[in-house]
Amino acid sequence: MTKMTLDKAKKGSRVTILKLPSGQYKVQFLRLGITEGDSVLCSERLPGGTIVIQKNRQEIAIGSDLAKKIKIILQ
Amino acid sequence: MSFENSENAYPVEQLTENQKVSQKLKEKVVLVGNPNVGKSCIFNYLSGMYVDVSNFPGTTISINKSFYKDKEIFDTPGIYGVSSFNDEERVAKEIILSSDIVLNVVNALHLERDLFLTLQLIDMGKRVSVLLNFSDELKKRKIKINTKLLSELLGVEVIETSAISKYGFDKIDYAIQNARVGNQQLELYALLQQLMEKSIPQAEALLILEGDEETAAKYNVKGDNSDSREKIYISRRNRVNDIVDQVEHEDTKKGEIFNLIGRMSLNPKTGIPILFFMLILVYFFVGDFVSQRVVNFTENTLGKRIFEYNLKSLIADYSQCKITVDLLNDEGKVIDTKNFYFPDGMKKNINLRNEFKSLSTNESTEINFHFYNPILRLLFGEFGVITMTTTYLLFLLFPLVVSFYFVMALLEDSGYLPRLATMLDRSFNRIGLNGKAVIPIILGFGCITMANITTRLLGSEREKSIVTAILQFVIPCSAQLAVITVLLSGAGITPLLIYVSVIGSVLIILSTILNKLLPGESSPLLIDLPIMRIPKLNNILKKTFYRSVGFMKEAGFWFFVGALGVGLMEITGLLFVWQDLLAPVTTYWLKLPKEAANAFVMGMVRRDFGAAGLFDLRLTTMQITVAIITITLFVPCIASFVVMLKERGLKEGLSIWIGTWITAFLIGGIVAQIII
Repeated sequence: MTKMTLDKAKKGSRVTILKLPSGQYKVQFLRLGITEGDSVLCSERLPGGTIVIQKNRQEIAIGSDLAKKIKIILQ
Repeated sequence: MSFENSENAYPVEQLTENQKVSQKLKEKVVLVGNPNVGKSCIFNYLSGMYVDVSNFPGTTISINKSFYKDKEIFDTPGIYGVSSFNDEERVAKEIILSSDIVLNVVNALHLERDLFLTLQLIDMGKRVSVLLNFSDELKKRKIKINTKLLSELLGVEVIETSAISKYGFDKIDYAIQNARVGNQQLELYALLQQLMEKSIPQAEALLILEGDEETAAKYNVKGDNSDSREKIYISRRNRVNDIVDQVEHEDTKKGEIFNLIGRMSLNPKTGIPILFFMLILVYFFVGDFVSQRVVNFTENTLGKRIFEYNLKSLIADYSQCKITVDLLNDEGKVIDTKNFYFPDGMKKNINLRNEFKSLSTNESTEINFHFYNPILRLLFGEFGVITMTTTYLLFLLFPLVVSFYFVMALLEDSGYLPRLATMLDRSFNRIGLNGKAVIPIILGFGCITMANITTRLLGSEREKSIVTAILQFVIPCSAQLAVITVLLSGAGITPLLIYVSVIGSVLIILSTILNKLLPGESSPLLIDLPIMRIPKLNNILKKTFYRSVGFMKEAGFWFFVGALGVGLMEITGLLFVWQDLLAPVTTYWLKLPKEAANAFVMGMVRRDFGAAGLFDLRLTTMQITVAIITITLFVPCIASFVVMLKERGLKEGLSIWIGTWITAFLIGGIVAQIII
């Protein structure tokens, strides 16, 4: 079990969301369907660190500064 | 079916007292849903009124209202949840709170995301019915949703619909009539009771518990902290996931819809070629096909040869005038000039009239009418309010604007823009923005005024300031771009390269300076990527049509004002005073003919009008380059100026406006000194 932040996740890896940053961003994540404990696919990792995660059909793009604040476990 | 533009939209606060009274008598039905779920299609069906349908959160802020049977029906902006995080949410919240029945439109492909809002609406205690839209897409993607079970779990009606085939639309009436309060979560309801005992309605009680400060202030109770909101949200999220697990089954083993183009447009390696490919397609369509071939026909043949010529001839029949006919060779150079003078109008000198008429049927001529009566000159002369405005608006601008809006609508509806935002996120980070900023900037190439409004979707004031400045300083709007394209055509590749690199450098320098100077931090990107799809032609055409007509209505007025202004200035001699005043700048610094100063009068009214003033000046290639650089950097049109003041305040708006004057002449001049 490897703990890390989302910006370090490799493309194609499946991760479990351990901790989302609190406040407005957490609310946005919850609304878009992502919550702590969810298993998501890191479907794209762009040069510069912008991350795209996918849960079922829902895809969300996350800027690298925000991804740095999301704690995950590599599955 | 009557179509109306968003001008007929009624923002809530603008309703008169009478309307407010009549509202109480009728039941209010509100369409609510996430962005891009097809609310507007359903609204159109129920009301027969057209509403702008868009893939992007933030384009329809005003509320469209209509009537359905004995009820009032409202459309709301797309939202992911009810609260007060931004203007859309605030507007939608107000409407939902005042409603009797909520028609919740849900994207069947995005149950996990969309049901979150559904549960919130049910928790509010509203009478709800759910429309499961895009249900025809389910079969294609081999997804099964147990609608009956979903309806039982939610405790409200769930109707399968498809906005494309109109499947299930006949049951919408049933859904409205049978809307009811859904299954409440008992734990939450118990908490709500405490507030409801203070005679606060359930919906507002929920918002207070969820930490909505505006609602808390309204009832003068202490708003709950964000901990309580988080608890409610997490529990609701878990309920949604639980429901989705029970009702949704996917037959495909992979469980992922692989959207190749969508994926490819995200990664710069494939995304940048895709972007360039799209830009090349756009160039061939707008830059080559429309602005060359189509406009050549409409402007020169329909506009000048047929409309202006016949109208001016008719006037010339009865009034004192001088007509010059320039004979042109194949390259468009003047080889001979003939003058015709009619002291009492053409009708009084039939022989000379016939001579003029036979000469003017020659295609390679340029005909100038000079009327001696000042009123006629104002209306039909060189800057004639009637002649120039009509040709310009209908035969030059309209085809161009239509083609630009068509391309914009395609981009919006395909789901490409959020992916472009993601791909460019990192590059935008360097200038203190996140990828989302690409949306107002891209829209700015359509219309700066429209783009100024969409800066609202950006996360912080700082980002809004930077993007607003970029829009006013460097981004040419479609109308202006069209004129620039025409000016550049036939001038070769060098002017284009100089133009692009100068404007690009100004963009980089400007945004870097603003990023350094403005305090605060920019917000990171967090954006929903909708499923890529082929846009519906019908929707694209409607959108293009209504936006183009809307633009022409708005532009028409300011063109008229501009033409009238310049016309009056010409007759009173003020134009020459202005030309002389600016002459040192125009001729020595910018190295342009004195008359180019006209462009800076017209340019204040409409940017493209400014550029259009350069058409008849017979500039050299390098002069054209300087002129279009200066005009691009010059002030925004009156409409965007007004919107900018409203959005960004007087101080910031005026600073930007004055800044554009300085930058335009400074940069234009420097370029002129180097290349001319």
